[in-house]
Amino acid sequence: MIKKLFSAMIAGAAIAVATPALAADITGAGATFPYPIYAKWAEAYKAATGVGLNYQSIGSSGGIKQIRSKTVTFGATDAPVKGEDLDRDGMVQFPAIIGGTVPVFNLEGIEDGAFRITGALLAEIFMGTISKWNDPKLVAMNSGLKLPDMAITVVHRADGSGTTFNFTDYLSEVSPAWASKVGKGAAVKWPAASSVGGKGNEGVAANVRRVKGGIGYVEYAYAKRNKIPVMAMQNKDGQFVKADDLTFAASAAGADWFSVPGMGVSIVNQPGANSWPISTASFILMYKAPGDKKASGEVLKFFDWSFKNGKQMAADLDYVPLPDTLVEQIRARVWSQIK
Amino acid sequence: MAVQAPASAQQEKLYAIARRQRVEDFVFHKLTLMFALAVLAALIGIIAALAWSSAPTFKKFGLEFLWRVEWDIINEEFGAAIAIVGTLLSACIALLIAVPLAFGVALFLTESCPVGLRRPLGTAVELLAAVPSIIYGMFGLFIFAPLFAEYGQPALQSTLGQMPLIGPLFGGAMNGIGILAAGIILSFMILPFIAAVMRDVFEIVPPILRESAYGLGCTTWEVVRSIVLPYTQKGVVGGVMLGLGRALGETMAVTFVIGNSNRLAASLFAPGTSIASTLANEFGEADDFHMSTLFALGLLLFVITFVVLSLAKILIIRSERAKGI
Repeated sequence: MIKKLFSAMIAGAAIAVATPALAADITGAGATFPYPIYAKWAEAYKAATGVGLNYQSIGSSGGIKQIRSKTVTFGATDAPVKGEDLDRDGMVQFPAIIGGTVPVFNLEGIEDGAFRITGALLAEIFMGTISKWNDPKLVAMNSGLKLPDMAITVVHRADGSGTTFNFTDYLSEVSPAWASKVGKGAAVKWPAASSVGGKGNEGVAANVRRVKGGIGYVEYAYAKRNKIPVMAMQNKDGQFVKADDLTFAASAAGADWFSVPGMGVSIVNQPGANSWPISTASFILMYKAPGDKKASGEVLKFFDWSFKNGKQMAADLDYVPLPDTLVEQIRARVWSQIK
Repeated sequence: MAVQAPASAQQEKLYAIARRQRVEDFVFHKLTLMFALAVLAALIGIIAALAWSSAPTFKKFGLEFLWRVEWDIINEEFGAAIAIVGTLLSACIALLIAVPLAFGVALFLTESCPVGLRRPLGTAVELLAAVPSIIYGMFGLFIFAPLFAEYGQPALQSTLGQMPLIGPLFGGAMNGIGILAAGIILSFMILPFIAAVMRDVFEIVPPILRESAYGLGCTTWEVVRSIVLPYTQKGVVGGVMLGLGRALGETMAVTFVIGNSNRLAASLFAPGTSIASTLANEFGEADDFHMSTLFALGLLLFVITFVVLSLAKILIIRSERAKGI
């Protein structure tokens, strides 16, 4: 009898928990770059709590538009929103995940990580001033390799994307010529004469794999999954590093996140012997005084849970989870502002 | 009296039916009119929305927007010339390849095809016309482009590329994708479409005309040239225009293979961009002014399609008048 009553109580409690949760899924929209990990977290979170996440990966500017028109509870963007714009809209911003962009290439017989390049030379290639693989500057950098007398075909993103922002942010950082002639943005005017645009990371990956002598840039996970050779890059400390989650994490470790309003720190070209130079954080946007306080609270609960339990999931997908100290600071200094 | 009463009752009944039918007709007429007007309203609404959203672009650049060769999102310098050229060029290449081939296919199916083959072949053409365009895009990028780069482009460069005047059109790097590749993929796409329309209109030629001509000793080609084509001219032009309309507005297939590069190049091998592919690529991350330029491109595509269709219509009317029909 008591046992029966007990199980009935459990069932009742389960329904009590499940019903409101089903009624209130979390809504968010924005960046495509972190979509795989948000989706993975959402799946695990739903299994654990019953609360689902409805995330539309429509692109960073789409995410900013959606949160400004208040159709979603949080927005997600790869290019951080400026501090003054955040203040004007009454929003806060915090990083949620870290990843990296990598230069990939297609040269017969040259292995993953064997080709060495500096940021300045990468900028020259994408500017079109270096147009052959056996250019003396590239040969000097790669004395052990036999570089062919072959034209370089630059492959870039045809659609606007956070990956392009990250990549051009880095090139602008290391090359004054790039900064003044091209600049940084989700889509730029690609100057190299021999350049081809691909749609999405998969489009760039497909073109680089297909075009002999091609060079492009993709989010790391795409290069790894498609087994496309990645270049080793010289970082700010002069060391040549290979792309992986350890080198991405190293470049995030030294960042002073609160030096910029809205935590909009660019972590490209960071110091540190192991830093991967083209690393990036992806950001979340929320209102300080949200219209729907309950929904906003659910979003914070979701990220809180994901930061605590989602580290292995992030690593599996080749992202870098935020370090615990940073999560602690976000909790204390950013989330506390959300009323 | 006893006779008339049922008669007038019957008449009354007939009147009632007539009245009901009149009301029904009235309602039906107004209802269908409303549907037809809704189409018109939608058209005007689309034009108005496009014009309204693209106003900032034309305010800044004026009509110069049409021939400016520039697409720089960061510095907000825009011009539509590159996309317009890419759109028209790829569509023209597609027509150049597809129309003669489609004509041949339709001719064979209606004039000289063995009866047993007619149905399976005809169905195959119709099925091809129904393949979604993204399939053509994927085929183009992953299967056609590598083969084209390996065999097609070197062959073109060593033959047509060596000729005076048109030589430079086939020069430059051979990546397998670009304006020419986009045109060829588009031709694959619109060929079955045009062929299906042509076959249908060729079939409506009255057998008596055709058989009389054969009876006079005409060859198949003579029958086609002097009987079938003049009789079906309107339908043929219509089919070609439908194909052209599809080629001009095609988005996904073109985006995959055109190379998406905002640059005007002398070579057809070079990557370019079309209006539809620019829209597909850039809407996701477009901000205020950039968004307005995309709407302006949309408006231009609308205008181009409209002009092309009007020209086709004028062509038909003129030739009919010349023949005195």
